[in-house]
Amino acid sequence: MDYIAIVLLQIGSAVASLVLISLGLAVIFGMMRVINLAHGEFLMLGGYAAITAFNLGVNLWIAMVVVAPLVVGLFGIVVERLVIRNLYGRLIDTMLATWGLSLAMIGFVTVVFGNTVSGISAPLGSITIGAYRTGAYELFLIVVAAALMGAGWVVLRHTRYGLIARGTMQNAAMAAALGISPPAVYAVTFGVGAALSGLAGALLAPLSGVVPTIGAAYIAKAFITVVSGGTAILSGTAVAATLLGGINTAATFAFTPVIGEVALLVAAVILLRILPQGITGRFLRRSI
Amino acid sequence: MSRWLAISGNVAVLAVGVATLVLMPRFAETYLIINTTIFVSFAILALSLALIWGYAGILCFGQAAFFGLGGYTYAVAAINFGDTTGAACLAVALPALFAALLGYFMFWGRISDVYLGVITLTVSLIFYRFINQTAGEEWNIGAAPLGGFNGIPATPILNWPGRPGDQLQPEDIFSLSVGLLILVYFGCKALLATSFGRVIVAVRENETRAELLGYDVRVHKLAIFVVGGAMAGLSGLLFANSVFVSPTMFSLPVSGQIIIWVIIGGLGTLIGPIIGCILMQMLTNYLGTLNQVSGLSWLDPNLVLGIILTAFVLLVPKGLVALVRDGGRFLVERVRQGGLPASRTGKPEAAE
Amino acid sequence: MSARILETRGLTMRFGGVVAVDRVDFTLKEAELRCLIGPNGAGKSTFFKCLTGQLRPTDGEVLFRGRSLVGAGSHDIARRGVGIKTQVPNVFDGLTVRDNVWLAAARVHPGRLADRKTDETMEQVAVTHLAGRLVGELAHGQRQLVELAMVVAPEPDLILLDEPAAGMTDDEVDRLVTLIKELNEDHAVVVVEHDMQFIRRVAKRVTVFYQGGILVEGDVADILADPRVRDVYLGKQAA
Repeated sequence: MDYIAIVLLQIGSAVASLVLISLGLAVIFGMMRVINLAHGEFLMLGGYAAITAFNLGVNLWIAMVVVAPLVVGLFGIVVERLVIRNLYGRLIDTMLATWGLSLAMIGFVTVVFGNTVSGISAPLGSITIGAYRTGAYELFLIVVAAALMGAGWVVLRHTRYGLIARGTMQNAAMAAALGISPPAVYAVTFGVGAALSGLAGALLAPLSGVVPTIGAAYIAKAFITVVSGGTAILSGTAVAATLLGGINTAATFAFTPVIGEVALLVAAVILLRILPQGITGRFLRRSI
Repeated sequence: MSRWLAISGNVAVLAVGVATLVLMPRFAETYLIINTTIFVSFAILALSLALIWGYAGILCFGQAAFFGLGGYTYAVAAINFGDTTGAACLAVALPALFAALLGYFMFWGRISDVYLGVITLTVSLIFYRFINQTAGEEWNIGAAPLGGFNGIPATPILNWPGRPGDQLQPEDIFSLSVGLLILVYFGCKALLATSFGRVIVAVRENETRAELLGYDVRVHKLAIFVVGGAMAGLSGLLFANSVFVSPTMFSLPVSGQIIIWVIIGGLGTLIGPIIGCILMQMLTNYLGTLNQVSGLSWLDPNLVLGIILTAFVLLVPKGLVALVRDGGRFLVERVRQGGLPASRTGKPEAAE
Repeated sequence: MSARILETRGLTMRFGGVVAVDRVDFTLKEAELRCLIGPNGAGKSTFFKCLTGQLRPTDGEVLFRGRSLVGAGSHDIARRGVGIKTQVPNVFDGLTVRDNVWLAAARVHPGRLADRKTDETMEQVAVTHLAGRLVGELAHGQRQLVELAMVVAPEPDLILLDEPAAGMTDDEVDRLVTLIKELNEDHAVVVVEHDMQFIRRVAKRVTVFYQGGILVEGDVADILADPRVRDVYLGKQAA
């Protein structure tokens, strides 16, 4: 019984991890059709922001939940104005420019912080389930992931900003005719996506530590989850993360963690072959 | 005018190639020869993406997969067979075969653009993750250990065909590499001039119309993708002989670098990506050495490369070759306009 | 020559709840010229796309010389001898006019013959003076003519044209009318069009689409005089 609980926890953890990693990219891809290949570095930046703030004496939670998203969000707005804005509609060019940005960010962080791993230990200690002990922080992250999804749904469905954003994404010209400024919406949306990435990076830092190159590990999974998920931001990410996270965990339990990773990747390839437009390109098409 | 330009361009490239082939072993030091061999093997890799992306429109994010497959196949086969000739052939054939399988999987599913990018990226990642954890004896293929994240240290160097004991010297490997680059470059040019080549370009321009004209787009894309895979495998083979075989060959940065070379050199040209590759390699090496110098440690290679790539995408999207070509054209026009006093008619202006 | 080259039986195309094409039976004889007209939303373009393979019909049959076309890919259909000009011009913008036409000719004619055919076709369509220009730089009407050349060069048995006259100048339309009449001498041609002046000049038999089905079919003079057709275009109920 407690073994089942642990397995469920592991699955939940894997899914939550994918959700956290992917949400920022999903917002930006789903809303703006922009593939931000610097997304991994946004996560990395969030981790560094949190650790730096913490080392400067800021409370850990504030560092992770306030400082990191703020720093990365503002950075995101700057990036949108300087780089992305010039490349709207040019999907491949955006990918390449953001790839360049990602390299530049890795380089910059290497220069400032050096190549060694920085870290903070995971707060909240451990919990005991039957015969097993596991970190309570993982459980916390599951809750956070669910909360973010819920908050996202509420914002997009029930707030004025959400409606404006969805409208602009569907038809910018019409939105402009109604007095909304598409560039402003784009900047804010990109900033929000960046902030979400910063938050995720900060929250995941205690589990994996931060190194300038950690973005590479994130970007692939995020990219895969978002594209497999399809165009619906929330439901796409949720379904893809659940599917891929589940397969990852199952394979990890059956074999080794590396086989688990490989299984996730293989599953993604097959998924994309069967559903070339992503999951929500076919099912749940009108969901958010 | 443009035919003359095209012919003289080919002659110039051939001349540079032959000169390098003949002169460098005579006058250059061994370390420069080995370095150039590495650059040349990367140049073939750049050509592989230049072909499938620039001319067929297939943006493959995982060209590193074929590069790594070439290197590993060569190493494993060479360790197991006595003579490296068979291993060399396999090193090109196996990546080509894998490209055929992957290509079939993707193109018959009508996968393109972003989704193709994700799939190819994922595939190269699968290789990377998998090979990375193959340390340990259960992962030996015959007599060859896969080596995990350490790679395969004792890759046999190519020997003269039929003479297993007689290994190629660095100068010979250099000559082989440069010779192959010249061959592959002109081979690509020849391929693009055939009917098949012209149809490939049409497929990139408008797939719908190519199909409406009766061309099976899937077969054409598959064929060019296989050629690209074989070229990348060849490049991996040469790399295995000049550096060594490790999982990094499959890594994301490698796939990314190839894309950068093509963008900087010029998407849609063959010589551009070669130039872009060599320039970027030289720059990276130079930055690497500068980086060690105190006071210049801020010149991190990633930082500089990243800024260059982003700047190019924003400001010089057509790449260096186009920049030079357009710049040259512009200068020629200015000279032509400015330097002809007889163009003034001499009529009085008030007569309107 | 009363053999049927093209036939549809009970052809139906449904998009969700909307029936765009409703159990249409259509026949075309060898070397026949047929114009499809009808108000917007009548289903003629959807019907056309079912013929070209761009859409897979929900139900029914499309037969080309007795063989079913349903489920066949565009390139298969083209290979069987069907030349298609789409509503939105599908041409190779980055290539020259000559290259565009050559690509069309080269699939059926080998080597030198392809070059000769290219020159002949460009003459026939009157675009030879544009041979070296990039298609992307041409005016809309000129691009339509280039596309026409590409349809004609492989010498298809059946030619399907979706709004070929759109965006053309008077001279270009003249050229188009002559060309269609020439082609009709030994090819079957189906033209979907809106432009009534054009229909008057070119048509022999006309099929009128309305609300997903065929309203009436007949000789152009009868059709244009038919009050039902006028009502359908002016919006009255075709009771």
